[in-house]
Amino acid sequence: MLYREAGQFKTSYATDQQIFPIRQDRVAVVALAALAFVVVPLIATQYWLSAILIPFLIFALAALGLNILTGYAGQLSLGTAAFMAVGAFAAYNFVLRVPGMPVLLAFVLAGGCAALVGVLFGLPSLRIKGFYLAVATLAAQFFVVWALVKFPWFSNYSSSGVITAQKMTILGIDIDTPLRKYMLTLTIVTLLALAAKNMVRSSIGRAWMAVRDMDVAAEVIGFPLMRTKLTAFAVSSFYCGVAGALYAYAYLGTVEPEAFTLDLSFRILFMIIIGGIGSILGSFLGAGFIVLLPIFLNIVVHWLNGVAQSLFSASLPASITSNLELMVFGGLIIFFLIVEPHGLARLWQIGKEKLRLWPFPH
Amino acid sequence: MMHRTKLMAWLAAATLGAASTAAFAQAEQFVPLLSYRVGAYAAGGSGIFGGYIDYMNYINMKEGGVNGVKLSWEECETEYNNSRGVECYERLKKRGSGATLVQPLSTGITYSLIDRVATDKIPMVTLGYGRTDAADGRVFPWVFPMITTYWSQASAMIKYIARKEGGEDKLKGKKIVHLYHDSAYGKEPIAVFQEYQKRLGVEVTSIAVPHPGNEQQSQWLQIRQIRPDYVILWGWGVMNTVALKTAQRNGYPSGKILGVWWAGSEEDVIPAGDASKGYTTAVFNVAGANLPLVQDVKRVVYAKGKGNMEDATRVGSVYHVRGLVHGIITVEAIRKAQERFGKGKVMTAEQVRWGLENLNLDEARLKQLNAAGMMPPLKMSCADHEGSGLVKFQTWDGNQWKVVTPDWIAPDKQMIRGMIEESAAKYAKEKNITPRDCSKES
Repeated sequence: MLYREAGQFKTSYATDQQIFPIRQDRVAVVALAALAFVVVPLIATQYWLSAILIPFLIFALAALGLNILTGYAGQLSLGTAAFMAVGAFAAYNFVLRVPGMPVLLAFVLAGGCAALVGVLFGLPSLRIKGFYLAVATLAAQFFVVWALVKFPWFSNYSSSGVITAQKMTILGIDIDTPLRKYMLTLTIVTLLALAAKNMVRSSIGRAWMAVRDMDVAAEVIGFPLMRTKLTAFAVSSFYCGVAGALYAYAYLGTVEPEAFTLDLSFRILFMIIIGGIGSILGSFLGAGFIVLLPIFLNIVVHWLNGVAQSLFSASLPASITSNLELMVFGGLIIFFLIVEPHGLARLWQIGKEKLRLWPFPH
Repeated sequence: MMHRTKLMAWLAAATLGAASTAAFAQAEQFVPLLSYRVGAYAAGGSGIFGGYIDYMNYINMKEGGVNGVKLSWEECETEYNNSRGVECYERLKKRGSGATLVQPLSTGITYSLIDRVATDKIPMVTLGYGRTDAADGRVFPWVFPMITTYWSQASAMIKYIARKEGGEDKLKGKKIVHLYHDSAYGKEPIAVFQEYQKRLGVEVTSIAVPHPGNEQQSQWLQIRQIRPDYVILWGWGVMNTVALKTAQRNGYPSGKILGVWWAGSEEDVIPAGDASKGYTTAVFNVAGANLPLVQDVKRVVYAKGKGNMEDATRVGSVYHVRGLVHGIITVEAIRKAQERFGKGKVMTAEQVRWGLENLNLDEARLKQLNAAGMMPPLKMSCADHEGSGLVKFQTWDGNQWKVVTPDWIAPDKQMIRGMIEESAAKYAKEKNITPRDCSKES
C-alpha cells in the first residue's frame, strides 16, 4: 500500500533520470542519511563507532571498489587487499614526505597510486579472462605485500616494518575522536558511493556492463576494450586505495603489511558474492553480513552461555563456543546462497516488488 | 500461551542472573581476554589462555584473589584477526570495573591497539612479541613488551653460540644462517645480526621462507651450499615442523639448529618426529609437569575440576606455562599497585600501569610464587619496559624439553638498548610525541 508509485508522473528528463525515481525510495534514502549523519552521532557509543560502524563503512567501500571491477565490468580480481595496502602505505608516505600535505589530498593521491598499480596489474585482463585473470591479480596480491616488506623505504625504515598513521587535521579540526573519525569515514564513503552509483548509470558504466556481458560484442559495437577494462581497474583500485588509507588512518592507526593478506581479499570477494554482484547496495549488505554477523553471533553465544551459567550453573567451554560461532556463520552463508544465489541485494529487490503488489498480489 | 509464560519466566530469570553477576562484578578486578581458540594458531591460543585462566583461578581459589579482590575475566574470540581483536578490545574495555590490562597475544592486534590503549589509558602487556622499540617507556608509556623482545633474543642467541664455541672472539668467520618467516616478525632481528656481523665478524646470511612455509627445499639447498655452523630458525607455526623435517632430509644435524621461542613448543616438534631430536630453542619460560607451580595449580585448580585445559596432558607444556607467566605478571602488577594505592581495593588501569612500571620480581619473590627458575627475574622501570631480556635454552630429547642452560643468558643489553632508543626516538619524531621525563615520575 505504502510502496506504490501510482500518481507519480515524470514530466521532465531530469525527473526521469534521477537516481531514485520513486518518491518512497527518495524518502527512505534521505531518512537513512539522516540516521547515519545525525541520529547515530547523537546516540552511538564509542564502542559502536570505533569497533562496528567505522570498519563496516571501510569494508563496504572496499567491497564497492571490487564490485565495480567484478560486478559491473566482469573482471575477477583477487588483489583487493593489495590495492588497499597500496592506498594505506601511499597515504602514509605522502603525509610523511611532503610537508604540509593535507590529509584529504593524501587520501586522493593514495587512491591515485592504487589506481596506477591497479591499471598495471589490469593489463593482463586485455588478454585473459575469468579464473586466469584472477590468478594474474593474485600476483598483485603477493607482489605488493612482498614489496612493502622488502623495501624498507615504504615504512620509513621502521624496524618492525609497520607504519603508524599520523595525526589527521582537516580545516583546523583534529580528527582524533571516534565520532570525528566516523563522520570523516561516513562522508567519504557516502560521496564515493554516490559517485559510483552515478558512474554505473552513465556511459562509462554501460560500457563496463557491455564488456561484462560479452566483450567481443562490445568491441564490435564500438567500445574500446582496453580503455574500458583499464578504467574499471583504475576506478576500482582507487576505491580500494581510499578504503586502505581509511583503514590505516580512521580505524587501526598502526598497520603492518601482513594485515593485507590474501585472506582479506577473499573476505571482500565473499562480501560482494553474498551481498550481490553488480549492485551498490549489495556491497553494503555484504560488508554488513561478513563484518557484523560474526560479532553478533559472538555476542549471542556469550549471552546464551551466560544464561546457561545462571540457570544451570554450567556453561560451554570457550573452545566449543568459538567453534560453534564459526559453524553457524558458515551454515548461514550456505543457507543464503541456496535461498538467493544472487545475493542479499536481489532479496531486497524481490522484497520491493512484492511490496508494490501487496496486499493484492496477482 | 503456556509456552509464552515459560519463555517469559526464562527470560526474567536470565535477566536477574545477569543483573546479579553485574552487581558482584563491582568488587572484582576485571581482566579482558582477547583469546583465540579456533584457526591456525589455536594451539598457541588455547594453551596460553588456558594457562592464564588457570593462574587467575588459582589465585582466586588459593588466596581468595589479590589481597581479597577477586579476579574476573571474560573471553572474546579474536580468531587472530585484527579487526575482531579491536572489536573485542572495545567491547571489553569498560566491562565491570574497567579493563585492568590487556594482553592480545598477537603482534597484528598489538599494532592495532597501540594508539587505542594510549587514548584509553589501559596498559598493554606483550610478552615476547609485539613492537620491540616499545621497550622505551618514555615514548610508549602504555605498552609493555615485558621479559624479552626479539632483539634481545637475537642477541642472547649469539651469546649462547659464543658460549658453546668458547668465547665471542671465536665467532669470527663462523657462518650462521638466519632462516626466517618472511614477515615483519621474521625480519625484525636482521638489524641485530648485522650489528654483530660488524662487531664480531660472524657471517650471517638471512634466508626468507614465504608464508606459511610448508615448502623449504630450495632454502635448505642453499643452506647446504653455505654449510653454516648454525642455523637460527625464526619460524612460526607449520614452518618450524617443516624446517626440521627438511633439515633431516638434507642431512643437516638438528643439534645445530637454534629456534626462537615461537618455534619451541611441543606442538612444533612432536609432528616432526625424530627429526626434532636434539633441536634447541630459546625460551623465557621453562616447561614441565613437575614444576612446583604447575603441581600446585594441579592440586588447587584441577583437583576441583576447574582447570581450563581440556587436554590434561598439555598442563605444564611450554604454552601452558607461558600462560601461567602471563597470569603471574598480571597478578603481581595488581599486587604492586595495591601496595601503593590501597590493599584490597580494585585498581584502575592507570594504577596498574604504575604497578607494572615498579614491578620487581627478583629471585626471592619468584621463589615465594613457586616460580623460581621457571621465568626470569624482572625489574621494570619508567624508561625500561622490557625489564629483563633473559632467556634459557632448551633441547628436545624426543619426549620432552630439557633445559640446557641452568642459568639465564643475558643479551648485550647496552647494544640493544641503544638500538631501541634510536628506533623509539624516530617514532616519537614521526608522531610528534614528547618523551616523558622519567626523573619526574614517582
